[in-house]
Amino acid sequence: MHKEYLTVSNIVGPLIIVEKIEDVKYGELVEIEDAGGHLRRGEVLDVSTERAVVQVFEGTTGLDVDESKVRFLGRSQKLRVSDEIVGRVFDGSGYPKDGGPEIIAKHTRDINGIPINPQARDYPSEFIQTGISSIDGMNPLVRGQKLPIFSGSGLPHSRIAAQIARQAKVLGKKEKFAVVFGGMGITFEEANFFIEDFRDTGALERSVVFLNLANEPPIERIATPRLALTCAEYLAFDLDMHVLVILVDYTFYAEALREISAARKEIPGRRGYPGYLYTDLATMYERAGRIKGKAGSITYIPILTMPEDDKTHPIADLTGYITEGQIMLSREIHRKGIYPPVDVLPSLSRLKDKGIGKGKTREDHADVLNQLFACYARGKDARELALILGEAALSDMDKIYLDFADRYEDEFVRQGESEARTIEQTLELGWKLLRMVPSAELKRISPEYLERYYSEDQ
Amino acid sequence: MKKGTIIRTAGPLVVASDCLGAKMYDMVRVGDIGLIGEIIELREDKAFIQVYEDTTGIGPGEPVLLTGEPLSVELGPGLIQSVFDGIQRPLDVIRAKEGDFVTRGIEVPHLNRTKKWDFKPLVRKGQSVEEGDFLGEVEETPLIKHKVMVPPGIKGKVTQIKKGKMTVQQEAAVIQDQEAEHKIRLFQVWSIRQNRKVKKRIMPENPLVTGQRVLDTLFPLAKGGTACVPGPFGSGKTVVQHQLAKWSDAQIIVFVACGERGNEVADLLLSFPELKDPSTGRPLMERTVIIANTSNMPVAAREASIYTGMTIAEYFRDMGYSVALMADSSSRWAEALREISGRMEEMPGEEGYPAYLASRLAEFYERAGKVKCLGSEDREGALSVIGAVSPPGGDLSDPVVQSTLKVVKVFWALDDKLANERHFPAINWQNSYSLYVDNIKDNWQEEVAEDFTEIRQEAMKLLEEESELLEIARLVGVESLSDTERLVLESAKSIREDFLHQNAFHPQDTYTSLRKQYLMLRIIIHFHNLGLNALEEGVPFNDIFQLEVRERISKMKFISEKEQEEEDSVHDVFIEVDRSFKELIKNKG
Repeated sequence: MHKEYLTVSNIVGPLIIVEKIEDVKYGELVEIEDAGGHLRRGEVLDVSTERAVVQVFEGTTGLDVDESKVRFLGRSQKLRVSDEIVGRVFDGSGYPKDGGPEIIAKHTRDINGIPINPQARDYPSEFIQTGISSIDGMNPLVRGQKLPIFSGSGLPHSRIAAQIARQAKVLGKKEKFAVVFGGMGITFEEANFFIEDFRDTGALERSVVFLNLANEPPIERIATPRLALTCAEYLAFDLDMHVLVILVDYTFYAEALREISAARKEIPGRRGYPGYLYTDLATMYERAGRIKGKAGSITYIPILTMPEDDKTHPIADLTGYITEGQIMLSREIHRKGIYPPVDVLPSLSRLKDKGIGKGKTREDHADVLNQLFACYARGKDARELALILGEAALSDMDKIYLDFADRYEDEFVRQGESEARTIEQTLELGWKLLRMVPSAELKRISPEYLERYYSEDQ
Repeated sequence: MKKGTIIRTAGPLVVASDCLGAKMYDMVRVGDIGLIGEIIELREDKAFIQVYEDTTGIGPGEPVLLTGEPLSVELGPGLIQSVFDGIQRPLDVIRAKEGDFVTRGIEVPHLNRTKKWDFKPLVRKGQSVEEGDFLGEVEETPLIKHKVMVPPGIKGKVTQIKKGKMTVQQEAAVIQDQEAEHKIRLFQVWSIRQNRKVKKRIMPENPLVTGQRVLDTLFPLAKGGTACVPGPFGSGKTVVQHQLAKWSDAQIIVFVACGERGNEVADLLLSFPELKDPSTGRPLMERTVIIANTSNMPVAAREASIYTGMTIAEYFRDMGYSVALMADSSSRWAEALREISGRMEEMPGEEGYPAYLASRLAEFYERAGKVKCLGSEDREGALSVIGAVSPPGGDLSDPVVQSTLKVVKVFWALDDKLANERHFPAINWQNSYSLYVDNIKDNWQEEVAEDFTEIRQEAMKLLEEESELLEIARLVGVESLSDTERLVLESAKSIREDFLHQNAFHPQDTYTSLRKQYLMLRIIIHFHNLGLNALEEGVPFNDIFQLEVRERISKMKFISEKEQEEEDSVHDVFIEVDRSFKELIKNKG
């Protein structure tokens, strides 16, 4: 039996302070019983000989100082896992939300995880075909990569994420595949969209969902992504599955972290976010990857909405420093009615070089990718110039590029929500656009491929 | 051993009482499971300890073991080709012992205790030696002769010297001085926070050739110099650091992956054994030490990792080697400092960083330099340091960038805009600078070419003129520029695209020798000068613009070093430029 303390002295925001404690450990899981007998959970954030600071996941509303009972459980927060976890929906603390039974644990895993030994990592190099040209063609995703979507409020990042979850596959392989979805502070409608979408396409059977909705306790959000990743690690490295983890929305996560930090009166870093935000995010993002000798993998797509579409905002900025690139969405392209509104130029996939080319996608992929980047960039410059000087002032070549940029957005970037293009189709589309430009201008493509593909069906 | 008692745990910070007698920066073992920590502040009998492993499950009442020793590294054969964590625990040994994840409280020896090295003595019995003298050597890898030196502070007569196979722990020599006998093993132990002694510092005067055109030609770093590479995410900091680790002509590379991505370390580990050192043809791993404390590994060990790397680098410098240390990224180190400082409730300076940030950074970079090493023979070693900085939002007013710029002599500014245009390396030629040009000018003239500095100067001038002209062109259109001005634009573009732009992933383009860099740039400048001349002769601008030789200029970068060496192919382009212009002038009108 655990000792019960009635010594709560302060309640500050999401934190409670428990006095006169004995034998309490840092990071320990805590159970708090309020006056009405309801249980809440928390975690020890700071412990000294006299007192412990505890963050309460379900929030402190309704707690009082004299009647709340606190029990320290002597262990950190764990997730119970077994192969029956697939196909289930849980809340943000890991309890079943779909009316099903509790998971009978084969193992219990610490939700904070432990770092993968860098020496044990296998370099991600298998191309994942998402069926979306602006990703496959321009910023290819590989297995074991962490590639976030940088979005803004009102942009269709959920639809894109769902489309990736539906269509993603590795070419020429049939393997065990699972999706782990975590929602942090998202609305009921958004969560429902995902679940319905997964259900309609049959993806729910191979998914695990963890949901903390906008009206649920913000502090619970600290645990939600960790639960999802712990589950993913189990599926990937114990059950040899290829796991795609999608977590929305990290902005709400970071805000919850800031709330705790403020309640602890910590010295804030940029924009009030705690100085350890980078480390905190990294301990989650870095759980993606591959391990030598293991069949499974974790590919990770965190989604965040940049406040005011500002990518220098600490959440986006620190994420960009940890993840292996980013898919950036653009409000401007969205306004033109183009789906998916991927802003190709500032998007980046750092691991693409080892994932594309002969034997993986196609020999000319890297060259086509670079050339499309260059032509589109030039086209956008021309567009800007045309705005200032008028289209008439453009040189003939600039006019070609201007035209190129328009068609690129309209034909290459734009596609249907259920349209899954193969990588060949994507590359062919790329060539079709490149043929608008005289071959002498295509300096980034080696002569060999130019000869083979440029004039193909003209 | 003395013991204290934990009275508080808050993340990586642990406070213990009953610690009288403990010294600053002593190493301690924390809690029942014995996590490694270091004392960073003492208040009366209370010690503030930063713990290098995750402290979950550690609480008040648990013991703290005071070792009385500073946090140290072991310096001896077995360093090269190793991958260590931030406090020099070999990650492969940890993996063999604990599996694919790094668990806590692991105790493993830093250097391999069982491997036998073939020790060749370099002194005779009875010989007098002083600190820093070579006692013998072992071949650590085919590239590196590891010298076993007399540890600092010891001077006397060699009374015993061994020969043959031995482990690092075995006695290799005995030195007798007035008071005592010193038994010398193959390795020494050295505190990571303590600079290793040198005879004196000297000025750097040789370039560190990196094979990267924009760096070597425009903003060169000297052997023994310091450089910083700041830039926003996605601008290619890590690629630049990797390129330097791969191609720079230092003899030893120490790469500190400090709070960065695990997959990047995996990339290094997989590619380095395959890549060949351009000057020796041996695998690059045979000259490399990697310190990997990735971003999800404990934050305090991240703080220690750059000192661990630096101490190892200094040790090889003491042997007379030219060593280069890359730290990627110093911002993560500074953040670790900030996190610990915040937990200690210190008064913050700018952006929450502690007030001592600048002095810590300065101390770190000052450990670089070209030196006369300890020892009776006259030996020079150099330690170059290249630090990446990751300022928030790429904002160069960030305190870490600003404090770094105060101490380093070379500034390679990475630029978001260039990166978006996929111009790599995205080093902005207008903001970047190198203060070593004057130091290494003479070396260039002797080793590369008499007129290298002039050619370089001319290229810089063209780039400068370009930015002014582009400004005008943006306002009034390119058509309003004179032909001469348009030629300047074209030539500057050629410098940018055919010279500065370099593809790290292309087998030939990834490395360019200094000689070839010179030849390439000379051709572009030569073309420009002949072009000016042709315009004066009345040749229409478009004829120059459409010369076929321009195509060959743009392909120069793909000529392999081997082909260049054997057939001097780049020079053919030079001749072709001459010929093209002669023809042009002959045929005008």
